[in-house]
Amino acid sequence: MPISQAKDLSMIPSEYQDALIGVIGLKKYFPIRQGFLSSVISGQNQYVKAVDDISFFVRKGEVFGLAGESGSGKSTTGRLLLRLTDITDGRVFFKGKDISKISQKALKPLRKDMQIIFQDPYESLDPRMTIKEIVAEPLRIQGLAKTEAEIEERVKQILTEVEVYPPEEYMYRFPHELSGGQRQRVAVARAFVVNPEFVVADEPVSMLDVSIRAEVLNSMLELVQKRQVSFIYITHDLALAKHICDRLAIMYLGKIVEMGPTDQVIMNPLHPYTQALIAAIPVPDPGHVRGNIPISGEIPSPLNPPQACRFHTRCPYAFGECTTLEPPLIEVEPGHWVSCHMVRK
Amino acid sequence: MRGWVKACEDVNFQVEKGEAMGLVGESGCGKTTVALSLLKLLPAAGRIRKGRILFNGNDLVKMNDNQIRKIRWKGIAIVFQGAMNALNPVFKISDQITEAIKIHEPGVSRSGATERVEALLEMVGIDKSRANNYPHEFSGGMRQRALIAMALAANPEVLVADEPGTALDVVVQAQILKLLRELKDKLNLSMVFISHDLSIVAETCEKLAIMYAGQIVEYGDTKSVFAKPLHPYTQGLLGAFPSIKGPRKKLVSIPGQPPDLLDPPTGCRFNPRCPYVMDICKKVEPMLLPVDQSNHLAHCHLYPQQ
Repeated sequence: MPISQAKDLSMIPSEYQDALIGVIGLKKYFPIRQGFLSSVISGQNQYVKAVDDISFFVRKGEVFGLAGESGSGKSTTGRLLLRLTDITDGRVFFKGKDISKISQKALKPLRKDMQIIFQDPYESLDPRMTIKEIVAEPLRIQGLAKTEAEIEERVKQILTEVEVYPPEEYMYRFPHELSGGQRQRVAVARAFVVNPEFVVADEPVSMLDVSIRAEVLNSMLELVQKRQVSFIYITHDLALAKHICDRLAIMYLGKIVEMGPTDQVIMNPLHPYTQALIAAIPVPDPGHVRGNIPISGEIPSPLNPPQACRFHTRCPYAFGECTTLEPPLIEVEPGHWVSCHMVRK
Repeated sequence: MRGWVKACEDVNFQVEKGEAMGLVGESGCGKTTVALSLLKLLPAAGRIRKGRILFNGNDLVKMNDNQIRKIRWKGIAIVFQGAMNALNPVFKISDQITEAIKIHEPGVSRSGATERVEALLEMVGIDKSRANNYPHEFSGGMRQRALIAMALAANPEVLVADEPGTALDVVVQAQILKLLRELKDKLNLSMVFISHDLSIVAETCEKLAIMYAGQIVEYGDTKSVFAKPLHPYTQGLLGAFPSIKGPRKKLVSIPGQPPDLLDPPTGCRFNPRCPYVMDICKKVEPMLLPVDQSNHLAHCHLYPQQ
């Protein structure tokens, strides 16, 4: 039985509850606004099923990658885990506690343990605040530092750690005076200043140039390792995910289609979609001969996703069952999960 | 006025018939400026201060507006960056392509133009029944294909592609790149391929020019540049690029950031970030010269400057 249908906690595998973050049957449906009359006539509301019944867990100190094309639901998942968007259905366990339905007020003390880094450092930093105020804000809101001197000390320390150095020189500047890489470092500092146990990074380096991307990533990962943070890395770039994630989940139209240790997923992809994604990645080597990309077309609209297996419209191997029955996510080798009828055979 | 931003300076390259050249660099390095200069499409404040752009032996820089208009599209066509925004949202795809055909072949009949539009769309892999759709009815990949069809409307000899496929998902991007490679072979097109992504250029172009801060710092066959990158910047870029092949590794980046082109560093523009910086690098600007008598050029004092 799929764990998303578990009626009580005893039916949920303990690893989901013991992990720092456990997600069970998570769903997010966005209603589509339509006219009053048409909703009366059709008698039902239409939904975009952005995230549709996904389950996974992230252990302490683990880097978990969520990868997929645009529209696959990976960013929505990240936001749901922090309750930045309301959850339609499903459970999110944070340190063993179900946070999917608790109030925003009850969430506030938990916020110091869970943080997020957004994609665009040109938009995620308030242009009217100084760097010091930006980084100090979480400390003030959470009441984590008693005196102004202590706040300044902690801001300086975290800025040094993310290599915005020397901090005295940058603390009183505004975001527009910093380069893109430095801004993203400030965003990293803001997330880590409260010593979180869990951080979601939503495409943190996709806006940065290649030559500075690695530096920002490395200083972020150093913090993750040093502090044993559970880290969810949301990305569309599998080549990058390969180098930084311990485990990887591939999403397609709101579903996890494959999940497992990064090396297994990349070296031995079992789902046809994962295989196609990997084949499509350009390799920085002119001698590399690219195989044919087995799939055509583009990701269908999540408004009206294909029935049964959502990938069957683009899958080169699709057969009868794929159009009638949704394939469950099954464990094919230890820790490596795939949702495909081909693999079950 | 605070001065002139020297967006690109002393850039030399040549593209032969049927050859693709990749122009690679980070944002702000001047690669798009080069592309726009080729067609004299620079924004109003931009000037070509010096130099020549020879197309089949004729200097485009000296041409007046009327003359250059005849070259655009028929001689050199461009696929603009950002497939999402490069089409006019209020005209049908077919009308937008027809417009290009009519300008270059004033005598063409309505049915003749329609036939051409359909043939062009088929060539880029769009079903001709979609010709009368509006851009919003197309997906991102289809819009990019339509833009390519439009660029090919007047059978150009040179196609300039500015970051094609950059805003698209990998699978679609791979489809677009495949299409461009096929078209290049089929139509014997010369291509100038602009990208920030070395891996895309690796599989598309025979020649490669790496740009940094408005200058070409390395130039050569794609194979030799990848096999033996000469310029420290190229070496750094290659190290910073994650590859899906090979073992997991820590990515290395280039410290610092690209310079302000209003006031670039003296000497070699890469000297503040270069791991091999010498005294001469801060004083004398190197020249782009062949290394070891090959056709692999580098703009660096590490190699003999004669």
